[in-house]
Amino acid sequence: MEAELLEIRQHMGRFTPFDRIPDDLLDAVVEQVEVSYFRAGSDIFELDQPIDHLGYVRSGAVELYSRSGNLYDRLGEGGIFGHFSLARGKRVRFSARAIEDSLIYFIPRAQFKALCEADSHFADFVELGRPRLEAAVEAQRKNNEMMVTRIRKLVTHPPLRIESTASVQEAARRITEAHASAALIVDRSSFDSRFTYIDPDGDPWRVLGIITDSDFRVRVVAKGLSPDTPVGEVTGDRFVSIQSDESVQEAILCMLRNGVHHLPVMHRRQPLGIVHLSSIIRYETKSSVYLVDSIYSRTDVAGLAALMPEVKSTVVRMIEDDADSRMIGSALSTIGRSITRRLLELAEQELGPPPVPYCFMVMGSMARDEQSLVSDQDNALVLSDDFNRTEHDAYFLALAQYVSDGLAACGYTYCKGDIMATNQRWRQPLAVWKGYFRSWIDRPTPEALLHSSVFFDLDSVYGDNRLVEALQDLIAEKAPKNELFLAAMARNALGRTPPLGFFRGFVMEKDGQQNNTINLKRRGLAPMTDLIRIHALACGSRAQNSFARLDDIGQSQLLGPGVEAKLRAAMEFLAISRCRHQVLDLEQGREPDNRVEPDNVPDAERHNLKDAFQVLSNAQKFLKFRYPLPERTA
Amino acid sequence: MRLRSRRTEDYEEWQRYVAERARTTRSPALKRFYDTALPAPDTAIAEVPLMSLDIETTGLNPQRDAIVSIGLVPFTSRRIHLARRRYWIIHPECALNSRSVTLHHITHADIEQAPHFSAILPELLDAMSGYLPVVHYRAIERSFLDRAVTDALGEPFAFPTIDTMAIEAQRYRSSLWARWRGRLGRSPVSIRLHDSRVRYHLPYYQAHHALVDALATAELLQAQIATHFRPDTPVRTFCT
Repeated sequence: MEAELLEIRQHMGRFTPFDRIPDDLLDAVVEQVEVSYFRAGSDIFELDQPIDHLGYVRSGAVELYSRSGNLYDRLGEGGIFGHFSLARGKRVRFSARAIEDSLIYFIPRAQFKALCEADSHFADFVELGRPRLEAAVEAQRKNNEMMVTRIRKLVTHPPLRIESTASVQEAARRITEAHASAALIVDRSSFDSRFTYIDPDGDPWRVLGIITDSDFRVRVVAKGLSPDTPVGEVTGDRFVSIQSDESVQEAILCMLRNGVHHLPVMHRRQPLGIVHLSSIIRYETKSSVYLVDSIYSRTDVAGLAALMPEVKSTVVRMIEDDADSRMIGSALSTIGRSITRRLLELAEQELGPPPVPYCFMVMGSMARDEQSLVSDQDNALVLSDDFNRTEHDAYFLALAQYVSDGLAACGYTYCKGDIMATNQRWRQPLAVWKGYFRSWIDRPTPEALLHSSVFFDLDSVYGDNRLVEALQDLIAEKAPKNELFLAAMARNALGRTPPLGFFRGFVMEKDGQQNNTINLKRRGLAPMTDLIRIHALACGSRAQNSFARLDDIGQSQLLGPGVEAKLRAAMEFLAISRCRHQVLDLEQGREPDNRVEPDNVPDAERHNLKDAFQVLSNAQKFLKFRYPLPERTA
Repeated sequence: MRLRSRRTEDYEEWQRYVAERARTTRSPALKRFYDTALPAPDTAIAEVPLMSLDIETTGLNPQRDAIVSIGLVPFTSRRIHLARRRYWIIHPECALNSRSVTLHHITHADIEQAPHFSAILPELLDAMSGYLPVVHYRAIERSFLDRAVTDALGEPFAFPTIDTMAIEAQRYRSSLWARWRGRLGRSPVSIRLHDSRVRYHLPYYQAHHALVDALATAELLQAQIATHFRPDTPVRTFCT
């Protein structure tokens, strides 16, 4: 490639989606590039003009506007525009204007089409294939299926190999020197043998077996063999190994079945390493299953709080393993619920058995199984209707206090809105709770619901769960019929809106303002959760988890075709993105929070986040239209 | 305005020269070039087919040094048509010294297989025909091409150009502002290709490749037109 094209090619190759297309395709595109300079303030594409080229910002900045004249996007270096219009027709749908002196590369329609046809990543990105957010989430999900950890992941170094003719003493010396506890016994082989593998030097070898520390005791010393005995004579006749693509689970079973502690890991016939039972145990103890188990063995608050660093490393590992947000949210919620449950057990040990049945209820993210590393506590007590305040309340206050303080010690901060069982208002018998929900649903005002909408994600954690189920039944029964209630909830859900996207080191707002950070919870996840909740309430869903609610919403055909899938992808992306940024905070030694700094958002993620914001924004518009506030209260 | 009238005279002078050469030249390729060398003086600059031209040489003296590469990029004030670019490496008529090798990234091996200037001249003139040449610093391109054409055809080769450096000089060196700046003892602003581009927020390109420089010059002229002129400014205003 000629030098002047290299200049262009290298630039384009740095930016999404060109960073992922194969070299020869990129070369073909660069060959046909046209160039044009635009002064700040001049139009690049005018609305409805014929369009034959994709625009690429080489330098400067470009703004796009929708037909209604609203700012649609602001692009910096490497941004592309015109693809929606090129993909869907022959006329410009979003006008483009240079807002700084800009140099624009134009890619002709023919090259654009060729790219879309030859490269599915590119087609997805410009949404000629699937909507790109859904494509991104789908790609993530595929990674997920691989999440069963392969045993090869636990192999840290190649195995020590000792020729069968070496003496046992020599073998023992070399194993000691290598700080190992086992070695493979090999001998030279002919190329054609079935068991032959070729080493990096091109020599053929055959694995005869394995010798481990205990073999020296059992097979050598106990039998009184001489140190000069060839090691090949003392290796067992059975060679147990595992293929590298088997799961860790399978490796454990294999060790148990065969009664061995060392397991050679093979790629076909090539030995990759030896895995010891202890490294599998070390690996497994980082999993949430192990963590939950150890929660129940803790005997005091301090012991529970001491587990919290492990909670963090569990999340870090899940992110590294490409878990999706639902798996992470569920793992964290399970941990949170287990801690709450354990605290209640400990409280009952201290305070004695409860005087009347109760159910400890959680609201918000824990109820939805969507906890993140940053969580406060939202909880309440639903008491049996046999509850008698003067006789029983002291017990339940002490119980609530014990749990609430314990949760705070474990990093679940006190609820700022005082929605906790320690608050008498939220420590009531079932009949009172039913009254609360009836009044919220029957006589809703947006103001009244503003602070109580958190109660519409609710789940039992401990105790007599029928008490909470009764409330869930009541909601599912009453909510769908009450338009006013849904309208009031909808109005509250529109209070928080997403930004437009990113521009250079800033968050772009719809009015063109630029901010330094974005609170991904407040501006993305919370409004998304809110609107999913409303549709779920409208269709009588009893699900609490947003994705489970989307399943029910999808069944109900409340939304247009494809909308539920879009919402699902957007929800997933917002959630996983927040999680990744919290892990980044941890890795960089900061306290994790919900804020995202644009400089920490890689190119591809920016595009996906922008799409997620767009989906959210459109869904909010639909909400307003679907659940209008009736005239009389407006 | 003194300057405009001088430009108009320049243009009329070029029209006379070009017509004369078209009539008298013995070379068919030169005749084709001169036949289409100049548009009507009042043609809007936006309508004029332009050809950015850059040469790399072994040194600065046209009597002693020679051309090693030529880059052409056709464009208009609206679009640069990179796909129709042309580029030649040329076997220089003098020895290639090591300094110019490192400067152009053209090696002795490249040169070994390259054609002589006379072999590519008809192609070069054909490619330039119908376009108004655009250069940054016309003295170099004109003098080296004149020398090379004279050697090849026995005829001189002069041609009108738009010189982006002259436009910069006029804007930033001979303006009232520039003269005040001079009186205050400030050094004059640089009108070299890269420094000029920076003033228009054009990106940095690796220089010293004939095609990169031709592209860079085309972009600079687009920026100058967008900044200082209008699409309907007559071509004679630019031509020198």
